Amino acid sequence: MMNAVPISWFLTLSAILFALGVAGFLFRRNIITVFMSIELMLNAVNLSFVTFSYQHKEVSGHLFTFFVMVVAAAEASVGLAIILTVFKGRSTLNIDDVNSMKN
Amino acid sequence: MQLLDSFIFITIVKAAMVFAVLMTTLAYLQWVERKVIAHVQVRPGPYRVGPHGLLQPVADVIKLLTKEDLLPPYVNKPLYLLAPFLAMTMALLSISVIPFGPMVTVGPVKTWMQLTDLNIGVLFILATSSMGVYGIALAGWASNNKYALIGGLRSSAQMISYELPMSLAIAAPLLISNTLSLRQLVERQSGSIFQWNILHGPFPQIVSFVIFMIAAFAETNRVPFDLPEAENELVAGFHTEYSSMKFASFFMAEYSNMITVSALATLLFLGGWMAPWSVAWGSSLVPTGIFAVAGITALYHGFHAARKRDKLTLPVFGIIFLVVAGVFLLPVVQSWLLPLFWFAAKTGAILFLFMWVRATLPRFRYDQLMGFAWKFLFPVAMLNLLVTSFLVAWFAK
Amino acid sequence: MDVILFLIFALIAVVCAINVVVQTHPISSALSLVGVMGSLAVLYLLLGAEFIAAAQVIVYAGAIMVLFVFVIMLLNAGAEARTGRSYLIPGAPLLIIFLGVMAFLVQRIFPDTTMVRFGGFTGGGPADIGHALFTTYLLPFEVTSILILVAIIGAIVLARKEIE
Repeated sequence: MMNAVPISWFLTLSAILFALGVAGFLFRRNIITVFMSIELMLNAVNLSFVTFSYQHKEVSGHLFTFFVMVVAAAEASVGLAIILTVFKGRSTLNIDDVNSMKN
Repeated sequence: MQLLDSFIFITIVKAAMVFAVLMTTLAYLQWVERKVIAHVQVRPGPYRVGPHGLLQPVADVIKLLTKEDLLPPYVNKPLYLLAPFLAMTMALLSISVIPFGPMVTVGPVKTWMQLTDLNIGVLFILATSSMGVYGIALAGWASNNKYALIGGLRSSAQMISYELPMSLAIAAPLLISNTLSLRQLVERQSGSIFQWNILHGPFPQIVSFVIFMIAAFAETNRVPFDLPEAENELVAGFHTEYSSMKFASFFMAEYSNMITVSALATLLFLGGWMAPWSVAWGSSLVPTGIFAVAGITALYHGFHAARKRDKLTLPVFGIIFLVVAGVFLLPVVQSWLLPLFWFAAKTGAILFLFMWVRATLPRFRYDQLMGFAWKFLFPVAMLNLLVTSFLVAWFAK
Repeated sequence: MDVILFLIFALIAVVCAINVVVQTHPISSALSLVGVMGSLAVLYLLLGAEFIAAAQVIVYAGAIMVLFVFVIMLLNAGAEARTGRSYLIPGAPLLIIFLGVMAFLVQRIFPDTTMVRFGGFTGGGPADIGHALFTTYLLPFEVTSILILVAIIGAIVLARKEIE
């Protein structure tokens, strides 16, 4: 019975979450879900930061995670404001219908 | 292994005790609140069930348990069922880091009167309280009812907004005490009332305390900030569609949050379980005095009873009070009973404030509520934090 | 014990993450994402990152995701309409291949010499974070404060009513 977790397991978990985030980002059509997939990717990256921090017994990884959280908060506020504006303008959340910049 | 076993055993016993006491308090807090509001409005309040309505909570619990558990057909079922569970869990979770008193010795065992001491205890409470928003927001959304939805929207906006001034108000005393562990927070306020964070330090935290209390009223959705359940506008707000025990869960979550917030205010600002002045000046006699006066008053009114039944009930209560007063004098129990008394007294005083305000103030208008948080409370909390941090840094040399 | 905890919460995280992607209703996705964040917070605790775990719950699950739920409720967004194009057929195998390569590389690069034990790293408390934040990382910290200011202004400009 192992009593400790290999560090590669954490990184593999991080990779799985990141891949799922990418999948959601590519496959989903709802703006809000797409946005949430981005958050999922950020979370996956955070996990690897914290894991590396453990590996090197260094606090820097935590700081990076902290900054990612701050950036995510800023991003969420602006992004959701954009989503609200888009919805007000064309009452749809489907990302394929928001294509007025095309052509 | 022996140590582990005893640790697990002690923890389970403590958890069971805290849970039992908390549940009884929750039930009786409702009775106390009804009594307080009734007396503020010059009416007797619950009076029929038991002496002075003392068995009213039992009756309420039986009523809520036996009511039909309705599940409206148009709700989003999983979320509808999840919401009260979530609200309740998050409300009860935060009690686990609250310390009620110092180290106690029960037979061979030495243990703290606290379930667990995290060195991020304050952050833990903030985290659980911020997760509690989901219970209300989801209840509003899953009910598929416009009143519930508006209630849920209002409450999530309100709780996000008031979390900011609340966190800033919490940060200021933390700067003075220089710890995030709730136990150490209290230990650094020991001594006298002038060591409490509300009066202590380079910058007394009275402003911070007031901001914290205002934000706490909003966080617990209490009058004057109870807009998520404003009954004259929204029927019953987010819990319109809930009945029976699911309704009771929201109710218990609200009261449990009230207790947590009051306990947190006690720990952060009012010195936790510390007596306001030292034992040398007789602070250990205060509980005895209070209970003795209460007992003598009850006995006096029992012997000059206004009504027939008071002839029996009031002397009984008087004797109970006198016995309690005597118990506080025993040196064996004083070591743990006195801190518990002070903690309960301070928390109770803040809980009384909640009820007092509910009986006194009218409800805010929604735009006033948000404007107040962002335009007044937030800048003031920010300024307070700034001044505190400057002064702490100045005097830290 | 550590392995069991890791497996439980990793499983919760993965299941919730799959749920984020496959649920058609945005509010279900949002709640699954909260589940991912909560289990990640537990994993952070396992890695000795107390402060980050608390911040994860307070900032991510308690503020950002509440904002998401709030917007979903505000727009009363319904379930996603199924549009014609489906990327599932080329996407799913690519995903599995990517994950396989990733897992292989990770296993190769990080041999199992470094094992994670609870309590193996205690430098992640609030005091350590604060110290690093105000010494080594002072400049990024100040820059993020400006970033937040920009975000506030941006959100207000985007969301305000037109004054004509």
